[in-house]
Amino acid sequence: MSTLQQVLVLYLKSSALDSAVIGWARYDGTGEQPGEPGDSSEPPYETGLAALQDGWRLIQASPIEAHVPGSEFTTSYLKFEFFFEKLVEL
Amino acid sequence: MKKLTTLQMADFAATGLLRFEAVVPDAVNQHFMQAMSELPDESPRDHSQRLMRERAVPEVAPGTPLAQAYDADSAINRVLQVPEVAGAIASLVGQSAVVDHHYLHITFPGGRAQDTHQDSTIDLRRAFDVQMFYFPHAVTLDMGGTRFVPGTHLRIVSEMSLGRYQNILGQQSVVCPAGSVFFFHHGIWHGAGANKGHDKRYVLKIRMCPREPQVRLWDTSDLPESMNEQQPIFWKNPDAPRHPIHQRLMATQPWFEHDTGRLEMINRIHLWRYLTGDESFDMDYWATRVENDPARVS
Repeated sequence: MSTLQQVLVLYLKSSALDSAVIGWARYDGTGEQPGEPGDSSEPPYETGLAALQDGWRLIQASPIEAHVPGSEFTTSYLKFEFFFEKLVEL
Repeated sequence: MKKLTTLQMADFAATGLLRFEAVVPDAVNQHFMQAMSELPDESPRDHSQRLMRERAVPEVAPGTPLAQAYDADSAINRVLQVPEVAGAIASLVGQSAVVDHHYLHITFPGGRAQDTHQDSTIDLRRAFDVQMFYFPHAVTLDMGGTRFVPGTHLRIVSEMSLGRYQNILGQQSVVCPAGSVFFFHHGIWHGAGANKGHDKRYVLKIRMCPREPQVRLWDTSDLPESMNEQQPIFWKNPDAPRHPIHQRLMATQPWFEHDTGRLEMINRIHLWRYLTGDESFDMDYWATRVENDPARVS
């Protein structure tokens, strides 16, 4: 028996974990539910909190950072990234 | 040619794309697809190299004027002469535009979807290139037409750094009849879908660069002076009509974050200033508020 990790990445509307999901990705160490670009049009959860309530463990969250001088109005990557995991015994 | 209207330009400024469905005549689509018919079964790599070697699409050096890049009687030139296509090109990048590169993308059945990305590399310009996507045959949902995220074109990112973003709320995939043409701002986030159908999928992409300021190149006969009139914000009659240009430029996207969604509005205002040559343009006071410096007024 081995312990394998499933990873869920959620991008939220703000730094609040209970704000709405606007982007998502999935990586599955078990190979049972692999994610793929464009594989779904509806998010797996409405909020980050809903993922917690379904058993996902939060393992990383984006820090809230000061803006780089001169780039305050530049938009780039999605800001509010949260990593979750589930451990599966196989 | 049929140049873009002001409202079409506003849609492009806000979303980073315009679509023209089934504008290329069937005869031209069939002309384009001739080189791809009756070829043997072969690997994707062999297929692509055969078409390059046989010049199904000609070689064109970067910087070649678009008007001189393709033989007059070629299928590609016939596509470029379609009134809606010629008008969109003239409106977006001008009639002196040059070719950056082109590529015939071929997606075989099977395989995996391409990661989300922005083409080329970090690009800080307010000026923009456009990428014309020509779909010579019908694209059904299972064929994995290009996936794109409207409104992402003004984000400054570095190409495949986006690869982790498997799905973004509001993403769309191209599903279209034969002879459809899409124009994308060079910055739009996109990726090829997995082809789960039975037939190969072809799309010709041509990146075009302006050689003149992209200022009022479209049909501006419908560009109203009222464009610069400020309308009440937040506390306002909910039934009052919105200025149609403002309505399009201020349209939100499902993936907007609460805070950076506002920055998107400011960045669109700056793009519209460039397109109209009017550096005083503003909507909903977004730019004026943060540019107001009373010490400089007096």
